Amino acid sequence: MARGAPAARLGRVLLVDGIHDLGGMQGFGAVDHAPAEPVFHEPWEGRTRALMEVVLGAVQPNGGAFRHAIERMAPGHYLTSSYYEHWLTAAATLAVEHGLLTREDLEARAGGSFPLSGPVLAPPVTDPGVGSTEPRFGVGDRVRVRDWHPPGHTRCPRYVRGKEGIVVRLDGAYSVPDIEAHSSARRYEATYSVGFDAVSLWRDGQRGVRVHVDLWDSYLEPA
Amino acid sequence: MSGGGSAERGRARSAGAGKAERGRARSAGAGKAERRGRGKQGGDANVPVEQRVAALEALLTERGLVPEGFIEEVTRRYETEIGPMNGARVVARAWIDPAYKRRLLTDGTAAIAELDFGGAEGDHMVVVENTPAVHNVIVCTLCSCYPWPTLGLPPAWYKDPPYRARMVREPRTLLAEMGCELPEDVEIRVWDSSAEVRYLVLPHRPPGTDGMAEAELAGLVTRDSMIGVARL
Repeated sequence: MARGAPAARLGRVLLVDGIHDLGGMQGFGAVDHAPAEPVFHEPWEGRTRALMEVVLGAVQPNGGAFRHAIERMAPGHYLTSSYYEHWLTAAATLAVEHGLLTREDLEARAGGSFPLSGPVLAPPVTDPGVGSTEPRFGVGDRVRVRDWHPPGHTRCPRYVRGKEGIVVRLDGAYSVPDIEAHSSARRYEATYSVGFDAVSLWRDGQRGVRVHVDLWDSYLEPA
Repeated sequence: MSGGGSAERGRARSAGAGKAERGRARSAGAGKAERRGRGKQGGDANVPVEQRVAALEALLTERGLVPEGFIEEVTRRYETEIGPMNGARVVARAWIDPAYKRRLLTDGTAAIAELDFGGAEGDHMVVVENTPAVHNVIVCTLCSCYPWPTLGLPPAWYKDPPYRARMVREPRTLLAEMGCELPEDVEIRVWDSSAEVRYLVLPHRPPGTDGMAEAELAGLVTRDSMIGVARL
């Protein structure tokens, strides 16, 4: 982002489907599964867990903003670091963005490079729009997930966009993360668990598999 | 969220003190070691992650934001009080008490609260039941959502890319790789925790456990069986 110009003005496309949106990606290999493992592998992991609470308590970020700070990590860093390092990076990023400390403070104290997450690319949401806590759909209704690429935080995984599924459960109304991560305003909407036949999600989908994703009302349209 | 106040503290802590012993060899495979370890990328040298944590901790402490003993208390809580032993008690109760099981499957949050488990990441619980014909498994493809009050903090593999990427695409293959081979006619239901609900799998009660007491049954219930990557 040269000279601080907004990305959009530079003609950069504001499609930021993040690296965190991993559902269905291939090539990662085997799960490194251990039936039992310590809660914290190293002391720094437990300390990070606590420091995350300290930072969240101090800066009181908007809902979804902590997750979005993780999502803004450089993709290479995201994929090669553990989740506790994600938490560390997001906590440090929010601490800097909210003025608790500076990147220079962090690097001087750490004695070298302290990578932080990239900037928020989405414009602030000024008008949250009108929500409705009344569900538009009922159990058994067929729905299609909107096929769109929001520029900021969202909880709609890419792998279900444009796909059709069936509502299996109504979960009540909650604040829409896409709004609250980028605004102090809120919009409340019904949420649903939507079931998809794996064969309709993937060309190589496995038989006898239903994948369920929990989605806000505005992510959906009638099918 | 706690941890905000205590501005009266200003105890400076020297960053990295006592943390110099680094570089212990790990037996882990290369990919895992890379993710859990130093956090270097493409040859550009970030400071080792332990040093970065120490730096953040020292700066927050100097600003009076870290109450004394807070870090140790959070760590202790997750190491001793909040973990899969809690979920195991819920499961064992459901196995011996049909009325409790009905309540658990109807309103998971309330039924789990009967055993005094609840709070952050457990406010909206849905319990999904395994049967001989149906196998449930939970995942969070977008981050690391997990029912903390009943299962504790998630294991590393649950948050790493391979599990999150593959469980929604090839669960039958992945489950078999993880030692949970299912007959072809068993339906697999994958639950991606993408909104407010957190899931707990109610495993099928193993045969030959009829006479067992609740506490003994709880001892049989594993973390993996409540995530759904194992059957009992």
